[in-house]
Amino acid sequence: MSATGASVVIVGGGVTGLSAGWWLARSGVDVLVLDKGIVGWEASGRNGGGATHVYSPFGLEEQRLWPQMDELLGYPTEHQPTRIGIALSEAQLALARRWAEIGEARGFRWELLDRRQLRELVPLAGDNAIGGTFLHFGGHANPQRTVQAYAWALQDHGGRILQHTTVTGLTMRGGRVAAVETTRGSFGADTVIVAAGPQTGLFADMLGVWLPLAPARVEMIATEPLPLLRHGGVAGNGLYGRQTLRGNLVYGGGPHEWINVPDMATPDHPNTPLVRNLARRLAELLPGAAHLRVIRSWAGIVENTPDGLPVIERLAAPDNVIIATMSSVGFGLSPAVGKALCELVLHGRCLFADLSALALSRFANTPPDWRERAGWIAADASIAGTAFGVPR
Amino acid sequence: MTGAFDPRSIAEKAPRPERHVGLVVVGAGPAGVAAAVAAARRGAEVLLVDEHPVDLELMAMDVPLYFGQRMQPAVRNRALMLERVVEANPTLAEAYEAGVDVQLGTAVWGAFVDGPTSRALAGPVLGLADDRRSWLVGYDRLIVAAGARDVALGFPGWERAGSMGASGAFTLLTRYRALGARRLLVLGSGPLALGTAALALQHGIDVVGVVEVADTVRGDASAVAALSGRGVPIYTSHTLRQARGTVGEVESVELVQVDARLAPIAGSEREVACDTICLAIGLAPSIELLHQVGAELAFDPTRGGWVPRLDDLMQTSAPSVFAAGDCAGVHDAMLADPGIARSQGRAAGIAAAESLRAHPVPFVPRRPEPGDGASCYAYWDAWLQSLIQAGGWHVNVCQCEEVTRQELIEVRPPRYLAWSSPQMAVRNLGTLAQDGPVNQDQIKRLTRAGMGPCQSRRCREQVALLLARASGTPIERIPLPSFRPPLRPLPLGVLWPQDEPPAMREQWVSWFGIPTQFSPHWEAGMAVAEPTAQAPLILSDE
Repeated sequence: MSATGASVVIVGGGVTGLSAGWWLARSGVDVLVLDKGIVGWEASGRNGGGATHVYSPFGLEEQRLWPQMDELLGYPTEHQPTRIGIALSEAQLALARRWAEIGEARGFRWELLDRRQLRELVPLAGDNAIGGTFLHFGGHANPQRTVQAYAWALQDHGGRILQHTTVTGLTMRGGRVAAVETTRGSFGADTVIVAAGPQTGLFADMLGVWLPLAPARVEMIATEPLPLLRHGGVAGNGLYGRQTLRGNLVYGGGPHEWINVPDMATPDHPNTPLVRNLARRLAELLPGAAHLRVIRSWAGIVENTPDGLPVIERLAAPDNVIIATMSSVGFGLSPAVGKALCELVLHGRCLFADLSALALSRFANTPPDWRERAGWIAADASIAGTAFGVPR
Repeated sequence: MTGAFDPRSIAEKAPRPERHVGLVVVGAGPAGVAAAVAAARRGAEVLLVDEHPVDLELMAMDVPLYFGQRMQPAVRNRALMLERVVEANPTLAEAYEAGVDVQLGTAVWGAFVDGPTSRALAGPVLGLADDRRSWLVGYDRLIVAAGARDVALGFPGWERAGSMGASGAFTLLTRYRALGARRLLVLGSGPLALGTAALALQHGIDVVGVVEVADTVRGDASAVAALSGRGVPIYTSHTLRQARGTVGEVESVELVQVDARLAPIAGSEREVACDTICLAIGLAPSIELLHQVGAELAFDPTRGGWVPRLDDLMQTSAPSVFAAGDCAGVHDAMLADPGIARSQGRAAGIAAAESLRAHPVPFVPRRPEPGDGASCYAYWDAWLQSLIQAGGWHVNVCQCEEVTRQELIEVRPPRYLAWSSPQMAVRNLGTLAQDGPVNQDQIKRLTRAGMGPCQSRRCREQVALLLARASGTPIERIPLPSFRPPLRPLPLGVLWPQDEPPAMREQWVSWFGIPTQFSPHWEAGMAVAEPTAQAPLILSDE
């Protein structure tokens, strides 16, 4: 280990890397997080804030940890419990029920809401709503605040963060990664966690490991604030999001744009006219809020594996590297995933969940041109030129 | 294998612009009208849009200018205001004659161009809106002549109705004829301030004083003499300690003399009755659209701060986009002589029209014309330092989100969280600065300063100045905070599209629509299946 290195070097200061770093630091491990920009600046800090992923192997731990996070971290996350699903059609109601029943299968309570009950809980809902679900589980938090909370708490436990430090390579010695090379020097490491979002695949490539990832750009909008609803965790009509504790309605959803991320540079994330379509769906979801003004929008870059599920794995070779991508669903699960990564470092396995379904080996036979085969490829103007309902 | 495509992606859902024009000019001030006329006379098809008259609700949010609630109730009468806006701008007649399509009361809320991560648009489009609906317009060339907005600095009581900006006052006086001020106090003494004072007098408003923090007046001596001759007191080496009033309106201000360190001198306080405080210390170029089209910006404190880099043809670095007038950089000489903006507009209009007929000329940035040499930021900072010393740190820097200067510098979580912890108590701007350079967007997310409905129009420069001072960072090293669409706060019911491509409705999912993404891990089907368009969706709402 070099003088500036650490026992565990984490590549990527997104929510996954930060949470892992925080769990490690509070376990007394010497940890260093490297980020090419500001911590949590990309998708980790600009998502919908949802924390309702009980379908996941990390789901139960997610549900157990979130209510404690403010206290554990020492900084506010704005975590709020419970979720309400609004259905505008039978198909949407079936979907909302499906989410609820997945929770029920794991021992959580939920209720079906008729139109009247729904309107009582969510006065902004309209006559177009046919009913909904009330989940006595799940919740949401403020991503911007949470990523900073992880970073600060990590430092409070003696961990280090280097921002504006781009990782340029991994130095191998004796079949293991010995050091992480960066724009600010070389950092020796006993163990390396790669949690670099869309760039995670580039690092896997450096190690000769096949990790199929497809990056994409997604968008969200925010309205001016309105007085707090009884429950801010309201979603449906193809939108995810919440009312923030400030009162803003913050929602995303709809089509994603597949993109290419060829190098370590941070991709742009502009908004597009899709913000209008988001506005429409939000006004349909909450007709009582249609007069509210949209004051902001933003976009983020996320990455997906072919099955949309995470890869959390300690590699066989080099055996001191852990790969972590949450496949575009990382924020809510972050308290549990960070803990799992910490256990992978300390114990070589996750003690609280079976991660076999998230193993990299499932992509052993995924062909190199899988993105083309699936159509998960960057759009271009020649495609758009034929747009508006003209089939290709 | 070709032809596979993801029906849930943006592919094949590009919106169809309602209309396509050769040249769109944004802003019907001197630069915009000159640009539109020059281009139309050279055969270009020109659409000239201007957001005035703005509806009352936006005005009440201080959008797009710092109107400070000093609008007369007549601004509710949109038809009347439209007449007045047209009457006030005789050059519009020239534009009509030249065949320009002029659309007033129409705001541009977004500019969308393809880039490396946004490739689905058929071409560049602008988002437009009036008070009823929004629509998209495609263009070949764009001239941004969006003007400038007031730089606002806070003092105790600046939330009161009657605290406003010079350009808000100028617009209400000259374009709307609806400024509801009777007794006006002007802060600043440069050409902007003296011009505002003279204009107010001309309209029968009582100007109760011109306040300058420096020990000498900045503007023209003859202009000062003219004001003094009409009995307007000039207070040099003074600042404002607070605005008072009983029912949410400004009724008086407390002025105080300052020493060489800009600190208040005890015993020199003076109460001045007024209903309006006009902040006339400076203007910031309205660069939002230029930022959105990706035009390269540079910090030039002699021309209002962040301005686009331009070439001799008034082209920006963004393909097909030109800039002219105050938004391209504003300085005192431009305030005195609208001819400068007009000639910039004309040059941009000619260049845009020529480039439509021939090949576009490559962008070769020129050395920027110097402003009047003085740094506006140094002047604004002097004002801010005096206001802090006179009015203290517990003054809102962000009115929308109620964040004080103190809370900003301490990077406090917002008050509504009522959060306190020993860990948080030792975190502040200084500790944050140890981790990396100060970033206004990061501070914004943590404190919420600049996150409100006015979209940081009233606090951007003030926040930047405070962060620069508190962290010891030169102002030009504070990164430009982002501008995101919609650039005007639009109701959901206005922003939404009345028509959508059928695929948008049919294929809409909340998140990717990958069949296995949200499937319970304990159920069968976790085995890898290559996603295809035909794969059944387990958790889709369609």
